Amino acid sequence: MKDNVIVKLENVSKKFDDKYVIKNFSLDIYEGEFITLLGSSGCGKTTVLRMISGLENVTSGKVYIDSKDVTNVDATKREVNTIFQNFALFPKMTVKENVAFGLRMKKVEEKEIEKKVSFAIDLVKLKGYENRYPHDLSGGQQQRVAIARGIVMNPKVLLLDESLCSLDLKLRKSMQIELKKLQKKLGITFIYVTHAQDEALSMSDRIAIINKGDIVQLDTPENIYNHPKNVFVADFIGEANIIPAKVIKKIDGGINVKMLENFLIDIKTEEEFEKGEDIKVVVRPEDIAVSKNELVGSIKGVIIDSTYSGNSTNLIIDIPGDFDIKVSTTDESKFRENENVYIKFDSNKIVPLRK
Amino acid sequence: MKGKYSKLLFIILVFIFLYLPIGVLIAYSFNSGSTNLIFEDFSFKWYLNIIKNTDLVNAFLNTLLVAVTSTVISTVIGTISAYGLYKFDFPFKKLINSLIYIPIVIPEIVLGISLLSVYTLMKLELSIYSIIVSHIAFSIPYVIVSVKTTLTSQTITYEEAAKDLGASNYSIFKKIIMPIITPGIVSGATLVFTLSLDDVVISYFTAGPGSNTLPLYIYSIMKSGITPDVNALTSILLLVTFVILITLTIVQSRKIRKEAL
Amino acid sequence: MKNNKIFKTIFTLPILVYTFILIVLPLLYILFLSFCTSDSYGGIIYEFTFSNYIKIFDLTYLKILFKSALIGVITTIICILISYPFALILRRKSAHIQNLVTKLIMIPFLTNSLIRTYGWIILLRKNGIINNGLIMGGLTSSPLNLMYNRFGIVVGMVYTLLPFMLLPICSSVFEINNDLIEAAKDLGAKPLQIFRKIIIPETISGVFNGSLMVFIPAIGYFFITDILGGGKIMIIGNLIKNQFLTARNWPFGSAISIFLIIITFLLVKLYKRLGGKMDDLGGF
Repeated sequence: MKDNVIVKLENVSKKFDDKYVIKNFSLDIYEGEFITLLGSSGCGKTTVLRMISGLENVTSGKVYIDSKDVTNVDATKREVNTIFQNFALFPKMTVKENVAFGLRMKKVEEKEIEKKVSFAIDLVKLKGYENRYPHDLSGGQQQRVAIARGIVMNPKVLLLDESLCSLDLKLRKSMQIELKKLQKKLGITFIYVTHAQDEALSMSDRIAIINKGDIVQLDTPENIYNHPKNVFVADFIGEANIIPAKVIKKIDGGINVKMLENFLIDIKTEEEFEKGEDIKVVVRPEDIAVSKNELVGSIKGVIIDSTYSGNSTNLIIDIPGDFDIKVSTTDESKFRENENVYIKFDSNKIVPLRK
Repeated sequence: MKGKYSKLLFIILVFIFLYLPIGVLIAYSFNSGSTNLIFEDFSFKWYLNIIKNTDLVNAFLNTLLVAVTSTVISTVIGTISAYGLYKFDFPFKKLINSLIYIPIVIPEIVLGISLLSVYTLMKLELSIYSIIVSHIAFSIPYVIVSVKTTLTSQTITYEEAAKDLGASNYSIFKKIIMPIITPGIVSGATLVFTLSLDDVVISYFTAGPGSNTLPLYIYSIMKSGITPDVNALTSILLLVTFVILITLTIVQSRKIRKEAL
Repeated sequence: MKNNKIFKTIFTLPILVYTFILIVLPLLYILFLSFCTSDSYGGIIYEFTFSNYIKIFDLTYLKILFKSALIGVITTIICILISYPFALILRRKSAHIQNLVTKLIMIPFLTNSLIRTYGWIILLRKNGIINNGLIMGGLTSSPLNLMYNRFGIVVGMVYTLLPFMLLPICSSVFEINNDLIEAAKDLGAKPLQIFRKIIIPETISGVFNGSLMVFIPAIGYFFITDILGGGKIMIIGNLIKNQFLTARNWPFGSAISIFLIIITFLLVKLYKRLGGKMDDLGGF
């Protein structure tokens, strides 16, 4: 990853009707990276995007693109382009006219436009569709036109606002791969906004998880998944068991905690916790082993729900003391409901978090 | 900010343009003088004088009679026709589907003289009834269009569901279709009622002697000058319609707000 | 099954009767009349002739057609010039405000158009409110001729027909997806370019809808030329009225009417080619 900051948000705030949607938001985005702003609807992620594109003015703070202060520069003149959620293709223009629109606005020579447009259309594999109108295209094709319309401008940054949401699941998966490929090929910085965590995890170089207008964690997908910084992130990304626990004592390179009533376990962690502190621990369902035979350090429970999902079986196991633990196993043995089983935690894969 | 004020000013100017003549009419209805020329003194006397002017009162009652009768009849025919056109196949259906737009698009004067010609051909005497028939003639298409827009492909699904559950044609129409098309019927009826009150041209050609409507009465006295009792009557009419419309608007915007929640 | 037949008859017979008696018959009859001639007493002579149509192209009548079309075009253009900025200013306002504005546009309609036109006499005549105001304000020393001329007619036409332009333009402008405007901005389009490239193409059928509903009445509303033109200026509407009521030359009046119908159909055809829907015409 290059260290060149292409977009810099400095203490940016945005007020709508006297209410702050974004307050003192700062973020550096590097040239050539694929960064995703992930959060539930209404968290302010789209507002951040719109402040970068210039479609929304900031209430206070500064926006830099390529080291230039663009805080007061109109969207028309910023060297970033947006792929809108519903693509916003101009309905009365053909594919070609749509893609050429921005270049025409810049009064680029017609010959040059021809060349760039056909290159962009080629790139998104829409050759032969140049003279079609948007309403004649499928959702996936419309998406491609929108992308071509953005990249033909050769922007420093491409902003994608929930751009895959309106596509069906299968198409979304294949577009995810294509988008990622395209981004690598072009080397353009992509800022992607979504509420779908699977998209964020599979495409991004970095993910910024946003909640209530603030970044709660900014990291690579792997780190976010394996080392969530707090309960919100753990809960938001993937499936997780979030279990209350108490620190019993500090040990070398970690802590010893008590959870699920009387179960004691050592956890590795670099963070400092106090003895007697009430904390939460996060365990991913696939990080819990399940067996029909008792093992050393295992806990007994009853399967109350079992669903088969192709490559794994998802179980909900009731532990005495009214805890429901989610477990995902690839074990071929048949687990039936009401069956007694034993679960075992892997002390390397438990993440302790402050409340 | 300067742009904002000039924008607001533009909107206000348009509304002043739209309301100015009406405002003037209302203002002069309180004029004690007997012309609409010089404003002499404030007075309510023209409001009381309305009743004495039998020609005016008759013309007004005729206008109402025409508007109400033609609205009721054209709403009924328009509604069942819209459903008929949507539901059934019958001879000339396609042709009718395009012919019904004729009264909407052709100049009123052409409709007026062609109806007049046919009445003469059939040797029908011109009277208040010929006005009513003529108003029905131009109103039905508006009702059909208004009701038609509420009958969508979704309606077919409802109908099939009702049929599947054993409902007869009649009960499908009454229980399923009617609730769906009611908003279309109401807006269609409101529209044709308004058009009937507003009409000058069609009435002008199809009115018989002695069957004066308000616009025709005003047209006939225009040359000699209009008396302020006409203004007074117009003001009352405006007030009534204004109240009705405002109430409708408030009800509607409440609905919008409720739906937004 | 018999019940079904009765049911179907109830729902289809009235429209058949209506269409043929009140639409087709009257139009066919004036088409027939337009090929007849009339005697000097207004009686109709049933002899096939094209003379009425040839007569339309007499210089006298051509002048009326031309002047009439001119008034229609000027009225339409002024209405467009008022309606576009009006709609664009209100485009991003809440549905609540837009709904209210639409209602406020409609209210004047609830009084008869003749009465409202009469209101303009009070305003426009020599000793009327506007002239008095101008004189008092020292803007003019002698009253201006604001009516009994083409100016007065155009004011009356614009006034009476403006809502027919405002409503379709507003509804088509309000319907524009704001993403399109933002996308154009994002791609570097300036306000004028956005208007030309996005707003006009998106609203063109609404504009043409309004133009149809303004232009066609504007060449037919004889009462406005009568009242505000003082009978000095004739439009097609006056011409037809005179043939039927004063000159009593029904065949010639019918021929002009058929001529008008043909023009109307051509305009409607154009409207449909621009993507307009018939159901949107004349609705509120």
